[in-house]
Amino acid sequence: MTLQLVLLIAAALFAVGLYGALSQQVVVMVMMGIELMINGVFLAGGGLWFYLAPTPDGQTLLLVILAAMTVEMAMGFAAATVVHRSRNSDMTDAATELHG
Amino acid sequence: MIPAILFWFFSVVAVASGAAVFIVNSMARASYALAVSFIAVGAIIVQLHLDYIGVITILMMVMEMAIMAVFMVMYMGMNPALMPMDMTHHKHRSAIIAVAVFVILAGGALFIPWPARIGVPPGDVTASLGQALMGSKMLVMLTISPALFATIVAALVLANPRGRYDRLGDSLTRGGADKGTAPEDPIRGGLGR
Repeated sequence: MTLQLVLLIAAALFAVGLYGALSQQVVVMVMMGIELMINGVFLAGGGLWFYLAPTPDGQTLLLVILAAMTVEMAMGFAAATVVHRSRNSDMTDAATELHG
Repeated sequence: MIPAILFWFFSVVAVASGAAVFIVNSMARASYALAVSFIAVGAIIVQLHLDYIGVITILMMVMEMAIMAVFMVMYMGMNPALMPMDMTHHKHRSAIIAVAVFVILAGGALFIPWPARIGVPPGDVTASLGQALMGSKMLVMLTISPALFATIVAALVLANPRGRYDRLGDSLTRGGADKGTAPEDPIRGGLGR
């Protein structure tokens, strides 16, 4: 168990999440992809904390990442609810209001 | 030896269940797979001596996935576990971008000469975090709390089907005893309805 290994696992999680966020059409599945990406960032943060600078600063940063995850989830569901109300659809392709 | 085995086990579970999110053919299974991925990452975080943060990650994410499953049922209007589906676009290009990002990140992880560790983990990591949050890092939490509150307000405003502008008109002038008009409500409330 080394820093490099932890970062590799984190990179794998981030890449899998990125694939999902780019390829999925359902809003909730896109959010799952973004969650997975933040999951990777979170793991990388934990690894960097332990192997480079184990001070409370890094732990606070991890709490901030957790809060960001929560905010993303709440706003994502709110936006998905608005799209669903107005379009009766939960697909990203239906949300084209800002298109030219 | 045992920590290394556990680390590999949790790593494989985290990545495999993360990939399973986009492989399984129903959204309910996908949310369970994501929950398993988060639990595995939480376990690795605990292995990194971050007991408190690892445990709250697991607790929070299991709850979050449960809520996610409820939202899915609400949007899909049926039991999503029974509906195999493939709702994707640009699969190929997404895969290429994801692999490229992984290669770049992995290259960075492997080839950057990481500096040596400064200091050692404090004896009680959780206690040191608590003292930092209540002391030198309090401003961070004080900044997060209005952000979370703003999120609550914004999410409610977005998700609320009927706000005061629906009831009282665009200039909020409809309704009120002196104007003799009533707010537009599907079901009128109050006395003497």
